[in-house]
Amino acid sequence: MSNNISNGKDDLFELCLRLGDDCLILGQRLSEWCGHAPILEEDIAMTNIALDLLGQAISLYKYACELEGKGRTEDDLAYFRSSLEFRNSKLVEQPNGDFAVTILRQFIFDSYSYFLYDELKNSADSTIAAIAAKSHKEIKYHLRHSSEWIIRLGDGTEESHNRMNKAVNELWRFSGELFEMDDLSKRLFENGYFPNLSVIYDKWKIYIKDIFEKATLELPSNEIFMQTGGRSGNHTEHLDYILAVMQILPRSFPQAKW
Amino acid sequence: MKEDIKKIVLDTLSQISDPEIPVVNIIEMGMIRDIKIEEGEIKVLLTPTYSGCPAMRQIEDDILFSLGKKGFSDVTIETVLSPAWTTDWLSEGTKEKLKKYGIAPPVKNSSDNIFNIISTTQTVNCPFCDSSNTDLKSFFGSTACKSLYYCNNCQQPFEHFKCH
Repeated sequence: MSNNISNGKDDLFELCLRLGDDCLILGQRLSEWCGHAPILEEDIAMTNIALDLLGQAISLYKYACELEGKGRTEDDLAYFRSSLEFRNSKLVEQPNGDFAVTILRQFIFDSYSYFLYDELKNSADSTIAAIAAKSHKEIKYHLRHSSEWIIRLGDGTEESHNRMNKAVNELWRFSGELFEMDDLSKRLFENGYFPNLSVIYDKWKIYIKDIFEKATLELPSNEIFMQTGGRSGNHTEHLDYILAVMQILPRSFPQAKW
Repeated sequence: MKEDIKKIVLDTLSQISDPEIPVVNIIEMGMIRDIKIEEGEIKVLLTPTYSGCPAMRQIEDDILFSLGKKGFSDVTIETVLSPAWTTDWLSEGTKEKLKKYGIAPPVKNSSDNIFNIISTTQTVNCPFCDSSNTDLKSFFGSTACKSLYYCNNCQQPFEHFKCH
């Protein structure tokens, strides 16, 4: 019995890492645009979205630490884990590329989390449900932003259309991982903590199909090979570079306060 | 007795303004969810506006400092996430204050903003000249809670407090 409970806690801890790491790494990626975005409004938009994602990561990490009960803090999780211990999807660690790549990465992620968090609001775990309800309000604005850009760029000039297509070719193989139901997701689903990702996938597919049509972009076939591994700590080479930049200060000066 | 203490605490907290919007205080913003007083200990239940709002730490410091000055040393702040903060908690008086300050208040209820992700449009009147001839420039402004508009009538950029 007690074993069951502790297993449930371990599963929830892992879930918080999966969700939180996605937010943190994507937020870190977006913040790289700070001072470099194509126009001022986008500079502000991307850093605002980064800030929301960072806030969501903090809420999820705090809860993870509470579940773990070992006295770690959200900063420990962000700054003192190696890439093997990160559970984010490979999608969010991909480089910013050009604006089309950044927007498409964001669109794939926003639309996934929009439908995921809408369901997580009903999680049997009340803290996850509360974090999801709060985050979902923010995600709505993110999704609206990335959706409008997909349409504008896809149905824009020849140049922007071609760049969107290039981004789709580059990033599509990272979309499948978001919807994988592995053993952990299945257990979480059976215990009512987490939705069935194939249901999320169906909603997601309808939504992106609609936006792609408006954007005059073609949706890639379902049969392409999908990358996987991020959820179990097998990342692309990019994650280590992100962590190097993100973690160098606290790792060099572990007691630093500012 | 408890009620008296609670009143002093609330009065004190009503002197703390939102660092990013100094015309409204944290109670008007709906961020103080409750005050609990038990055996001399004061617990302030605080909810963040946006998950990543950078003003939260400043607000927490301000709460501890202001209550400390009133002689309350045993104060804890508990962050509550549910129910999620919404602009529906802003009173008409608070919205009027925002408008006078030059920020267009939220024009709709948060629940009106549900599904039609990309096709919903809303008219936001200019806080300076009240014209409805305005354009949305960006959903994201100088702080997480505001979007950026432009008034074609008086040719002023202005911010809108997003429906949330």
